[in-house]
Formats: sequence, C-alpha cells, structure tokens
Amino acid sequence: MPAQLLQLRRRVRSVKSTKKITKAQELVATSRIAKAQERVAASRPYAEAITNVLTALASNANIDHPLLKPREQVRRSGILLVTSDRGLAGAYNANAIRTAEQLRQRLEREGKQVALYAIGRKAVGYFKFRGREIVDSWTGFSERPGIDDARTVGEAILAAFNAGSDEGGIDELYLVDTEFKSLLTQAPRARLLAPMEVEKRTSKEPLPAYEFEPEPEELLAALLPKYINARLYSALLDSAASESASRRRAMKSATDNADDLIKTLTRQMNSARQAAITQEISEIVGGANALAAAGSDV
Amino acid sequence: MAQLQVDLVAVEEKVWSGTADMVIARTTEGELGVLPGHAPLLGQLAEPSEVRIKSDGREAVYEVTGGFLSVSSAGVTILAESCEFSDDKR
Repeated sequence: MPAQLLQLRRRVRSVKSTKKITKAQELVATSRIAKAQERVAASRPYAEAITNVLTALASNANIDHPLLKPREQVRRSGILLVTSDRGLAGAYNANAIRTAEQLRQRLEREGKQVALYAIGRKAVGYFKFRGREIVDSWTGFSERPGIDDARTVGEAILAAFNAGSDEGGIDELYLVDTEFKSLLTQAPRARLLAPMEVEKRTSKEPLPAYEFEPEPEELLAALLPKYINARLYSALLDSAASESASRRRAMKSATDNADDLIKTLTRQMNSARQAAITQEISEIVGGANALAAAGSDV
Repeated sequence: MAQLQVDLVAVEEKVWSGTADMVIARTTEGELGVLPGHAPLLGQLAEPSEVRIKSDGREAVYEVTGGFLSVSSAGVTILAESCEFSDDKR
C-alpha cells in the first residue's frame, strides 16, 4: 500500500508541474494574440493605400508587367508555406502543411514541378525529415514578423519569379498561410501570389486624369514589389495571430486536462491513504482482541 | 483656406493623419509642393526623401524610404516602407 501511495504522490507532483508550464504558455499566447491583432490593424491603412494606388494606376494607364501576366507555359510552381517556429500549437502547423501537400499534389497532377519555400522551423523540419528539397527557408520570426522579414522573403521570391523556370526559378507562386478568422477559428488557405491580378476601376464617371512621376511603367515596376511585400507581411501577421490563437486553445485544453487528472489522482491517493489507515486500525484492533482473548483464558 | 487631408502611412503603422496646408516632397523627377486643389498625381519618392507637412505655421519633417505619393481629390496619401520623424520646425 505505501508504495502505491508514494507513486500516486509522485504522479500528482509531475502533473502539477506540467500544468504550470501549459498555464504559462496559455497566458503568454493570450497576450500575444492581442498584440498580433493590433499589428494586423496597424498594417491595414498601408495595405489599403497601396491597393488604391495600384488600382488608380491600372485604371489610368495601360499597364503591362511580367508580374501581372500569367505565363503561357508553367513548368515550375513555387509554394511558400508559412508555419510556426515552435510547436505546442495544436493542429496549426499540421493544417497548414496538409494544405500545402494537397496543393503540391494538385500541381504535380497538372504536370508542374514544385519548388518549396518554407517559413518557420516546423515546415523546414517537416520537409527535411521527408528528404524533400527546400529551395529556400526563413526561420526565427514566426511570432513577431516585421516588415524587414517580409522584405527579405519577398526579394528572394521575386528574384526566383523573374528568373523563370528556364533559369532555375519559378513561373508562379502560391502562398499557403493561415487566416485568422476569430479566436476560435483559423483556417489554412492557399492563394496565388504571383502573377497577380490588379483590379481596374470601371466607373461611369470620367476618371481623374492622373499625372505620373516617373512614367507609369517605371512607377509600376517600383510599386509591384512593394505590393508583394505588403501582401507577404499581412500574411505573416495573420499567421502569427493564428499561431497564438491555436496555441492558446491547445494550452487551455492541456491545462484543463491536467486539472482533471490532478483531481482524479488526488482522490485515488486519498482513498489509498485511508485504506492503509483502516487496515492498520483493524490490525491493531484484531491484535488487541486476540491478546484480550488469550488473557481471559489464563 | 482650404485644407489638405493628409495620411502618412508606413507598412507597420499609420504614422500621421490630419489636415495640413501644404505637403512638400521630392519625387524621382524633382521637388514638389502640394497645395489644396492639386491635380491627381502618383509619384515615386526619391530615395531617401524628406517629406514636409505644413500645418498651422508648423512644419513636421519625416525621413521616408521606399515611398510613394498619391494625390487625389480625397487628399494626399504618402506610402512609406519605413518612415522616421526627424524635425519639427515652427
């Protein structure tokens, strides 16, 4: 009996310390969600402004740029997968990776080669473990992405896109990230990042005649990379918010489980202790009775 | 006197928003001042560029990199990849 008691006590202690960790992770993730959402909100004015500028440009000038034209023959597609650097985030990484895998299978069925680009240690680890070749990867900023990170990724990817498949680059690029829908729902999604479509404003009113400095073509060439970077940045921010939300939920259920486990184990421990005491008492009482019976016989 | 609605937005945050009398910036083609009623314009700012926003006799100066200037009937929007406040003159 005492051996079992000791064992239970040890298990309770171990579950308690695990609970401390998950609880702390939960709190950290909760505060990170709020921060990430603030950053998403703060980045919105720029995203809207640059979209407006591009739309104005597209509506006023006849624009033609390699980034806006789907290639006639797509031989190599790139997939840029955004995951987290750390685990303990529930199904967050698994879902993003599954979406990327489905996309890869679809592209391969269409007879395209697939080049993998990975953001976050989890994606890198996943592909490395399976012996897949990763063209390029970036890690270390999944929870707090900055515009510099987005720019680094954007430049590398644009270089590959501009080179085209003939020179070892890619002809189109898909972005797989996780959309932050709400605290409870985050959904992975795959989108085409390049070539992209620019909406032209079609209104009946005459459009204002814009002046351009420099010429529209040059302006467009300068603007598009910035636009890609802004899109990437917002994808990174959205994914960071999703990561924290997933982690919070996973850690919350782990903490709840630990609570249940502690409760059950404590009950078991108490009943084991009580059983031991009861047995001791009945042994003593039995012994005393036996002695008394032996004494009265003499 | 008519006023300009000016928004100065960087990628990571909105830096400044409000009304001003005049905006002065340097595009790749040359220096330019925008007063209320300016014709619609899209411009790429020089690298790096100083953007000066004049309002109420004050002048706020921002150091802008990777910037674009958009003037429309709605106002002036300055897009910046990064932007730093550098001076406030009276």
